[in-house]
Amino acid sequence: MTAGGDTTARDTILARVREALRVPAPLPHMKSHAAVAAAPAGPDSLTILPVEVARPWLPDGGETAEERLAILTENLGKLRAEVQRAADLTAAAAQVAALVRERGWKRVAWHTHPAVEPVAATLGCDSYRLDSTSFDKDALEACDAGITACDAAIAQTGSILVSSASCGGRALSILPHVHIVIVTLDQIVATLGDALDAIRTKHAGRMPSMLSFITGPSRTGDIERILVLGAHGPKELFVILVG
Amino acid sequence: MTPGADTTPHAFEAETPRLAKKKFLHDAAEHVRDTGHRAFVRKALGGYYTSRDAQKARFRDWEQARDAASLAKWSAVNRLDELLPTFVANFEANGGRVHWARTADEARTIILELLRDAKAKAVIKSKCMTSEEIHLNAALEQDGYGVVESDLGEFIQQLRGEPPYHFVFPCMHVRREEISDLFGKHLGTPPTDSPEELTMIARRHMRRLYVDADVGITGANFLVAETGQISITENEGNARLTAALPRVHIAISGIEKVVEHLDDLAVLLPMLATAGAGQPMTCYNTLYAGPRRPGECDGPEEMHLVLLDNSRTAILADPEQRDSLHCIRCGACLNVCPIFKNVGGFTYGTTYQGPIGSVITPHLRGLADWNHLSGASSLCGACTDACPVRIDIHHHLLHNRRNAAATSPSRLERLGHRMFVMVASRPWLFAAGGAMFRKSLWLLKKLRPPLLRDWLATRDLPAAPARSFRSQWRARS
Ligand code: SF4
Repeated sequence: MTAGGDTTARDTILARVREALRVPAPLPHMKSHAAVAAAPAGPDSLTILPVEVARPWLPDGGETAEERLAILTENLGKLRAEVQRAADLTAAAAQVAALVRERGWKRVAWHTHPAVEPVAATLGCDSYRLDSTSFDKDALEACDAGITACDAAIAQTGSILVSSASCGGRALSILPHVHIVIVTLDQIVATLGDALDAIRTKHAGRMPSMLSFITGPSRTGDIERILVLGAHGPKELFVILVG
Repeated sequence: MTPGADTTPHAFEAETPRLAKKKFLHDAAEHVRDTGHRAFVRKALGGYYTSRDAQKARFRDWEQARDAASLAKWSAVNRLDELLPTFVANFEANGGRVHWARTADEARTIILELLRDAKAKAVIKSKCMTSEEIHLNAALEQDGYGVVESDLGEFIQQLRGEPPYHFVFPCMHVRREEISDLFGKHLGTPPTDSPEELTMIARRHMRRLYVDADVGITGANFLVAETGQISITENEGNARLTAALPRVHIAISGIEKVVEHLDDLAVLLPMLATAGAGQPMTCYNTLYAGPRRPGECDGPEEMHLVLLDNSRTAILADPEQRDSLHCIRCGACLNVCPIFKNVGGFTYGTTYQGPIGSVITPHLRGLADWNHLSGASSLCGACTDACPVRIDIHHHLLHNRRNAAATSPSRLERLGHRMFVMVASRPWLFAAGGAMFRKSLWLLKKLRPPLLRDWLATRDLPAAPARSFRSQWRARS
């Protein structure tokens, strides 16, 4: 790209934008003006923070830890994810090892993380550990399953938040045919907004290069709008709730 | 034609714009006659209402959530002058590179240059309507790049040599037997009538392609100004693979997709999924902030974002219809539109079908040639009711009709109105005209004058009453 051409295009577009916005547009038609009235700088401000105001209107994520756990479990079930409970990581490791035996998996990928290491230690099959020096697409593609940690689990939508920084990069949670994710109970939050808060605190402003909300196993409805699981991403999602 | 708008012909678009209306009327008539196809499309969309309503019911107040979503987009679009540079600065601070394109042509040139720089051999793409808008695949193929659409629906459409039928459900009009034949022909797979098996064929075919591609091209659903991230929504996982495995990631986005806060997505993502496909969330909602970071296992070495205007600033300049830039492309307005269900996606001849396509296409490609789309509406308002970001869709169709009448009025229509005013403002003339009309209605039916022929082609004239309404009314009281 020639720098000159780029700058001209940018300047033209930004000039057109500024010119276009000289005449203000009316507010949208609304059911109520609650969201406008609650704007931090008053109703005349263009700066509106809908999420704080919208919280009571969005789907419920639960007030107490028990409620959140119940809502999360119900949502994951509806999404056709497999939910398993484990008292601690040792129990989780045994459950995963049983899965490996049952399915006859030959090789399972995992990444260095305090919640994943104990599980990976007793797999009972060949394993492939990912870190920033060992990534090999072909090796990962050949694995039967991938085990990752997560950054949060969201009751409201049944989503699991993973990031490239703390969950083994970008491909581990999407390329293998099965994704096993270890969730500790303290990672369960009520809403998407809460999950974003958690990630902001954790990474202090500098976001990992990828954050992904995973909501159930990969799916498609492209053929006659009939639901099929496992389009390109994992066909199965095992969520192991530890604690 | 709007200055700077794209004029490249597309296989499924009218060769010359003048023909756009003719093509629309012709294809609509054909489609309406094909009752089998219509029943198939209706059936495919049948489950949508049930699942959408079930998800809507999970919201504690769907209507107020729509207020919040529309305000998030309103406040971003109306501050695009400030937020667009903020987004770009933050995106670049994350290590991404931004390329500005005024037109479709500029966007294609930029992408071809990026592919040359990357010495690309194999390109994998995930679903991106903006790339359809700029006819990217044709340009890439012309330059000798093999490009594969990885989204199942887009892949099927690519093999069929057709554009998407619906911008969210690209191949909803295709029967499984046709897909089986198509895969048999192109991939050499045995016939099957199971959607599951067909999906697995595509899955197996695509896996090596993700691993071998050196460039991945994706779209973007939101550009987050606060953090410089781009957000991509998908169900299949193909976009995630496309942005994970190739060495270079190129994303293409319209400039209007900016939102201010990361938190805005906590409202917009579930609403997009609920309105568009009746899901609590789309399966993968992924935010990208530049290429692989030191310490991360994998990811591309370079990330580029092409920011496209292509007449979006023309819509921005119209305060009345500026809200059509709030569109999050959920597809809800298509799913509920009686016109879409009857004339089908291809009839529109546009990149964006359905009600929202009918609103924005005249802005993108010229009102004079595309105003007929403003008439492709019963003005029932189903689209406006369905829209999660409260775009005033059906009123904008009326606005376009009004604007077209003001800029290029039809002489015939004007003459007709003038005559009507003359008659209707003189009671004696109105009565005499009415009497004459009642007497000569049979003659109209018989003669079918050219002016009425189109109208009469699908309608019957009623039998004329013996007496006028006014005389019946008088007799009653
Ligand atoms: S106009 Fe509204 S309903 Fe239609 S696609 Fe856009 S956001 Fe969805």
